Amino acid sequence: MNLRRDVFQAIADPTRRAILLLVASQAMTAGAIASNFDTARPTVSKHLQILTECELLGQEQNGREIYYHLNPKKMKEIAQFIEPFRKMWDDRFDKLENIMKKYKSKK
Amino acid sequence: MERKTKITAEDGQQDMLITREFDLPLELLFKANVEPEIVEQWMGTKVVKLESRKHGGWQYETSDPKGNVVFRANGVIHEFVPNQKITRTFEMENTPFPVQLEFFEFEKLTDDTSKLTMHIVYKSVAARDQMLKLPFAQGLNMAHDRLQAAVGKLV
Repeated sequence: MNLRRDVFQAIADPTRRAILLLVASQAMTAGAIASNFDTARPTVSKHLQILTECELLGQEQNGREIYYHLNPKKMKEIAQFIEPFRKMWDDRFDKLENIMKKYKSKK
Repeated sequence: MERKTKITAEDGQQDMLITREFDLPLELLFKANVEPEIVEQWMGTKVVKLESRKHGGWQYETSDPKGNVVFRANGVIHEFVPNQKITRTFEMENTPFPVQLEFFEFEKLTDDTSKLTMHIVYKSVAARDQMLKLPFAQGLNMAHDRLQAAVGKLV
């Protein structure tokens, strides 16, 4: 088991991102998650393991079933990392839009 | 504020996509990227040179309030198709960052809306990640400076 798994490595995989999107709306069992993919069940289990290891997913026991849910705190950490870069461009583009809207009305 | 600008940076890849939809006709969006006096306004930098044509060159320069140049970037324009695309190189001067290749694509969505896609290719995965972290790092530095200033007043 790789304890020092990188969160960014975890979200780089398209299937893992799809899993995160799935459980974002509601907690689901591994079986329910796997039924959404054509991939073999063990492959989905491996993805779940990786996402759980880096704390993007949390597990909750409900009777005999284990439910997976999204860990919003960890998701936020990732977003914050790229956020300043995104914000920089978003601010520039907001300015561009405002300038050109005025430019349009001046004509 | 609605999050209109999207950044796509897959892990382990040496490129990045920046996309944004504008409430502007395509022609105005394109114009904002080629007219030096307009670029200056939204990029917040002085445009020393912007030759919007194939084989043209460009050069930006930013100074602090005291007049010291704090940022200088330049590049060459490889492709220039009005209202469609610009392909250029981008290099930050006096930094260890290698030159990067940028593909700008302009698309008409409706008569009043348009989309810009910037595909940026870096020399390496590490170079891209460093560039991506730059504003984050600057934010940290600023926070650190503010903290120091606040602490300085206490002493």
